[in-house]
Amino acid sequence: MINFILNNKTISTDSPLGITLLDFIRKEEHLTGTKEGCREGDCGACTILIGDLIDNKVKYKSANSCLMPLGDVDGKHVVTIEGINQDELTPVQEALVDEGGTQCGFCTPGFVVSLTGYFLTHEAINPIEAIDSMNGNICRCTGYAGIKRAAIKSTSLFNGLKRISTEDLVNKKFLPDYFLEIPKRLIELQKLRDKSKSGNGLPDKRVLVSGGTDLYVQKWESLIDEDLFFISDVNELKGISIEDNRIKIGGATTVSEIENSPILQQYFPNLKNDLRLFGSIPIRNRATIGGNIVNASPIGDLTNILLALNSTLHLTNGKSKREIFLKDFYKGYKTLDKLEDEIIAAVSFRIPRENSFFNFEKVSKRTYLDIASVNSSMYLELSDGIIVEVHISAGGVAPIPLYLARTREFLLNKNISDEVISDAAEIATSEISPISDARGSAEYKTLLLRQLILAHFIKLFPELIDIGELV
Amino acid sequence: MKNFDAIKHVRGESQFVDDILVPQGLLYGYVFYSTIAHGKIKKLDYSNALKIDGVIDVITAKDIPGENQIGGIIQDENLFAEETVHFVGHPIALVVAENQLQAHAGARAIECGFEKLPAIFDPREAFEKGEVIVPPRIFSLGDVNKAWKECDYIVEGKVESGGQEHLYLEVQGSFAYPTEGNGIKIISATQNPTAVQRTSARVLGIPMHKVEVDVVRLGGGFGGKEDQATAWAVMTALAAKKLNRPIKLILPRQEDIRLTGKRHSYSSDFKIGLKSSGKIISYEVTFYQNGGAAADLSPAILERTLFHTTNSYYIPNVRATGISCRTNLPSNTAFRGFGGPQAMFVMESAIYKAAQVMGVDPSFIQKKNLLKEGDEFPYGQKTKNCRAVRCYEEVESRYRISEIKKSIDEFNQTNRLYKKGVALMPVCFGISFTTTFLNQASALVHVYTDGSVSISTAAVEMGQGVNMKLHHIAAKMFSIDPKRVKIDTTNTSRVANTSPTAASKGADLNGYATIDACEIILKRLKKVAADELKKEDPSKIEIKNEIIFYDGNKTELIWQKLINAAYLKRVSLSAQAHHATPNIYFDREKSKGEPFAYHVYGTAIVEATLDCLRGTYTIDSVKVVHDFGESLFPIIDKGQAEGGIVQGIGWMTCEEVMHDKEGKLLTDALSTYKVPDIHFAPKDIQINFLEDVPNPYGPFKSKAIGEPPFMYGIGAFFAIMNAMRSFRPKMEIELKAPLTPERVLLSLYSEIPELTLQNK
Repeated sequence: MINFILNNKTISTDSPLGITLLDFIRKEEHLTGTKEGCREGDCGACTILIGDLIDNKVKYKSANSCLMPLGDVDGKHVVTIEGINQDELTPVQEALVDEGGTQCGFCTPGFVVSLTGYFLTHEAINPIEAIDSMNGNICRCTGYAGIKRAAIKSTSLFNGLKRISTEDLVNKKFLPDYFLEIPKRLIELQKLRDKSKSGNGLPDKRVLVSGGTDLYVQKWESLIDEDLFFISDVNELKGISIEDNRIKIGGATTVSEIENSPILQQYFPNLKNDLRLFGSIPIRNRATIGGNIVNASPIGDLTNILLALNSTLHLTNGKSKREIFLKDFYKGYKTLDKLEDEIIAAVSFRIPRENSFFNFEKVSKRTYLDIASVNSSMYLELSDGIIVEVHISAGGVAPIPLYLARTREFLLNKNISDEVISDAAEIATSEISPISDARGSAEYKTLLLRQLILAHFIKLFPELIDIGELV
Repeated sequence: MKNFDAIKHVRGESQFVDDILVPQGLLYGYVFYSTIAHGKIKKLDYSNALKIDGVIDVITAKDIPGENQIGGIIQDENLFAEETVHFVGHPIALVVAENQLQAHAGARAIECGFEKLPAIFDPREAFEKGEVIVPPRIFSLGDVNKAWKECDYIVEGKVESGGQEHLYLEVQGSFAYPTEGNGIKIISATQNPTAVQRTSARVLGIPMHKVEVDVVRLGGGFGGKEDQATAWAVMTALAAKKLNRPIKLILPRQEDIRLTGKRHSYSSDFKIGLKSSGKIISYEVTFYQNGGAAADLSPAILERTLFHTTNSYYIPNVRATGISCRTNLPSNTAFRGFGGPQAMFVMESAIYKAAQVMGVDPSFIQKKNLLKEGDEFPYGQKTKNCRAVRCYEEVESRYRISEIKKSIDEFNQTNRLYKKGVALMPVCFGISFTTTFLNQASALVHVYTDGSVSISTAAVEMGQGVNMKLHHIAAKMFSIDPKRVKIDTTNTSRVANTSPTAASKGADLNGYATIDACEIILKRLKKVAADELKKEDPSKIEIKNEIIFYDGNKTELIWQKLINAAYLKRVSLSAQAHHATPNIYFDREKSKGEPFAYHVYGTAIVEATLDCLRGTYTIDSVKVVHDFGESLFPIIDKGQAEGGIVQGIGWMTCEEVMHDKEGKLLTDALSTYKVPDIHFAPKDIQINFLEDVPNPYGPFKSKAIGEPPFMYGIGAFFAIMNAMRSFRPKMEIELKAPLTPERVLLSLYSEIPELTLQNK
C-alpha cells in the first residue's frame, strides 16, 4: 500500500508498484489529459509534476509519467493537467490559446504542465529558460512558434518580480489554491510511509529501480509484477561532496542535481551547459549517475564525462565495499566488472588541478534531446606548455564507453601544436571499432571522432592552433 | 473570438480515441505482423497464444466473412496476409485479449515460419524489373527535343529525397462495437471516415448503411490517417463482429512507425536548359517514386508530383515522366504536400545546379522565370490572379535581401569555422483534389429550439483548425454569438459519402457547404421574421448580432424568439447542403485540363548557420510573404504556416527514414527518428500576409493553407548547402535530402586521406 496526493485527491492504492504512473493515472484514475505518445520519454505528452517534501517545503520537478513507476511516488504530490485546471484558463493556458500554441491538442497538456512547472520550480523568471523548460516536449503541428510566444507572454506577468512563490502563482491563477495546503498534507502523509519499500539498507534479490529512465524504456511490461526496490530516495546514495581532495557523487544523484551543484559549478563552469545536451529536463530530473554507468550504453553522456575525469567507482553490497576505476569497469558490450549484489554507492574523481582544462563534445542528429552519434570528453593539465596529464573518452565508437588509452599515451609530455593534435586525432580513430546504425555510419563516426578531438583543442586552446592547417 | 477547440486542448479535455469512455466488456487487440520483407508463410501456429491468460482469440484472414481487400484506388492490398507477406510489418493476425499486455504476450507466443523470397527496396531496381504500380505517366508542354538547341546551358543531374514519418502525436487507433441488427459502430482516428465505412462493409460483407463511423478529432494526421487509418479500424470491426464484444486497438508507437507508410522517397533525373539570360527554356525530368508494397494513394501522389513539376515557374518546354515503383516496404502514403514537395525539390535542385554552372546566384534564375498572369502550366491550366512575382518581390524588399546577403558574406569572410547561408524558396501550389470527383462535400445544420446550432460536415478536425473555421462561418452566417454554435463529430450516419479531409480542401469544401446549408435556413427564417413582424418583403430582413432588422431598422425580434416562432409555425430548422467545386476537370488521357480551383503563392527567405568543424547547423530564420487570400482566422492560418515550415525543414534536414538491408526499419522510435524539437525549430519565423488579395474561389474570399507552407522548408536545404560551399567552394554538390549532419560532415571532409577507416 502506498499513499500519495494526485492533484487534490489523496490516493491509497494496492496497485502493483511497478506499473507506470501514466497507466495508473489514465486507466485507474481515468484522468485522460495525460497522454501516451511514445513510452520512452522522448515526446513529453505524459509530462507530470512530482512534488516532494524537502525540509518541510514541497519541491516540484517535471517527470515523464511513462517511465515512472507508481511505487516511486509514495508520500509525494503528483500533478497532472487536471490538477492545474481552474474554472477559468490559467495565464499559461490562455497564452497558448491566444498565440496559436496549440493545434491538434494531443501534446498540449504536456506543454502546459512543463511550462507551469517552470514557474513552480524557479524563483527568478526569464523567457529563455521558460522556453527551455519545454525541451522534453515534442509538438508536430505548430513549429513551436506559438508555443514560444506563449512562454514569453506568460513570463511577462512576472516582470520586475525577483522571487516568485507558490502564493504568487496562486494569486495570479497559475495554480489552484489547493497547492497552498499540499505541504501540510504531505507531512501527514509521509508519516504513513512504509520504509521497507524504499528506505535504508539494501535489499536481497529485488530489482533495483533508480530513475527508471532506461529500465522502463527497455522492459516496462516485465517490471509490473517484479518485486521492486526504489533507490531514488535513499539518502545514503545521494549528494555531492568533497572528501580528501576528491569530488564524490552518490550513485542515486540525478543529472539535474549534478547540473545544479555549487561544487561542480565551481570546478566545472561549463558543465551545466554541457549537460543541457543530456536528454531533457524531465529525463535529467529522474536519470541518475549510477544508472547511466551500469546501463553501460556506449554513448552515455555522463559516463563519457566521468571517464575523462578518470573516475573511481565505489561499489558496495551492503556488507563489503570495493573500488574500481571506471575505465576498467566495462568488459564488453553491456558486460560489467560487477557482482550481482553490488551497487554503485558513489563515483569520485580528483578535484581538477590548477592549470587544468576540461571539455565535452557531443554531436547528434538533433542537438537537444537526442542520443549522441559520437561524444567525447577531455581533461588535460598543462605545465610550462607541456601536457602533464590527460584523459580522453569516446562514446558511440566501440561496444563500451571508451577510454582512449593510446591517445593519452601519445599526448603525455607533448607541447600543443597543430601536428600533435592532428596526430592525436589520427591515433584516436585507430583505437575505435564503430558500427553503422541509426546514429550514423562507421565512416561518419570515425570522421566525427577526429573532428571532436580537434574540437577539444580548438575550443580550449584557440591561441595555440592554426585552424586553417587543421580543417 | 477565441478558438473553442484550443480552450479544450489546453485543459486536456479534448477527447482522442483512447480517451473516449468505452462500452462494457471491452477487449484489446495487438497486431501480429511479418518480420521479413517478402516471402511465403509456411507455418502459422497460434495455439500457444490461445493458452496465454486473458487471450480470447486470434483473428486471421480466415475469419473474414466478406473480402480480404482494403485497397482504395487499386484493389491490391489485403487486411491480413494469407500466403505471402510483402513487407516487414505486413499484418498477419490480430490477437484479442482482456488487456493490452495479454494481447501483446499472445502475439509473442505465435509461431510463424517463412520461406524468404527476393525483396526489392530501391525504386529504380523495381522499375528495371517491371515492378510498377501503374503505367508511367507523362505531362508535357511545348517540345523539349527541339528546345535543347536554343539553350546556352544544359545541365543534368540526379536528385534524391528521403521518406518522412508522419509522427502525429496521437498514434493510429480505433475501437468498434456491435450494434443492433448486425450493425457495427466504429470510433476511428481517420481522416477518411467513408473509407473506413466502405472498407469495413466490404470486409464484413454487409451494406454500408450498417456501418457507422464516428470521428471526434485526430491528434495530428498530415495525410498519415487518410488511407492508413483504415486497416486498424477494419480489424476492430472484424473482431467486434466475430466476438460480439467491443474491441480497441491502439498501435504502440513503435508498431505505428513500423507498420504504416511514410512520405514517398523519390529518386529523380533532370535535364534543364537555359539561356545566358537565366531564362529556362527546357526541362525534362523523370521521377522514380518508391511506392512500397501496394498502391495505396501512390498513383494520385505521383500525379500531383507531375502537376508541381515546375513549381512556381513558367517553362515553355517540359517533359515530366512519373513512375510509381512497387517495392517491399510498407505502402507509402499521403503526407502534407502529396508528392508536390518531391517535385519542387527536384526543380529547385536543377536551378541550383544550373546556377553553379552559370556562376550566378540561384535567385537570379528563380526571378527570371516566375509565373506571370496567364502563363500555362504543363497540364494546360493558365494562371489566374497570379501572385508569384508579387510575393517574391515583397519578401525581398521587406527584408532587404541584398543586405542579408552582404552581412552573410561579411560573416563568412571573418569566420573560419562557422559559415552562414541563405536561400529563397518560392512556392506555387494548386488547390483541389486532382481526382476531380473528390471535390464535393456536404453539411447538415440543425438549429435547436433554444437557439443553439449544431453543424455536421465531412471535415475531420486534426489540428488544422477546420472546426473553428466552420464555427466562425456559421456564427457569421447567422450573425449569432459563437457560443451558440457547436461543430459536431464527423459521422457517416449524419453526413454520407464524404471525401477525405485532405488536399488542404477541408475548410473550402465544407465551408461552402456550411454556407449553403445556413443560407437555406436563413431564407426560411427571413420569411418567418417577415410574418412575425407583419412585413411584406422577407429580403429586407437581416440578422445582426442576434437582433432582427427590417429594411435597416432594428426590430423587437431577436434570434431566440425567431427560432421559437419558426418552430411553432412548423418551419424546418434543419438543412442539408451539398457543394461541388465548379468549373474544374482533368482529362487523364491527355494529361490536360483545369484541375485546380486556384493556386496559392508565396516566397520564403531561409537562413542557416553551419558549424564547419562538427557538421552541425541551425536554421536561424524563415521569413515569408504568403498569399492567404482573406484569412478566415488569422491565428490559425499563421500557425499552419509556421508548423508546415518546420515540418518541411525536418524533412530536408534531421528526419531520416532508414532501413537495414533486409528492409527492416531502423528508425522506428522517437529516439532514432528525430523530428524538430523546440530548439531545432528556427528561432525567428516571420509570416507576412500578402495584403488586398481576396480569393474569388474560397469561402469568404479565403484561401486553403494546410499544405503550401510545408515547401518553404526546402529552402533550408539550399541555405545549408550555400554555407557548405562557402567553406568548401570546390565541394561537389550532392543533391540528396535529408541533409543530415552526417551527410554534411562527410561532404565537407571527403578528402582526408590520412583518416583511418579500416572499420568501414
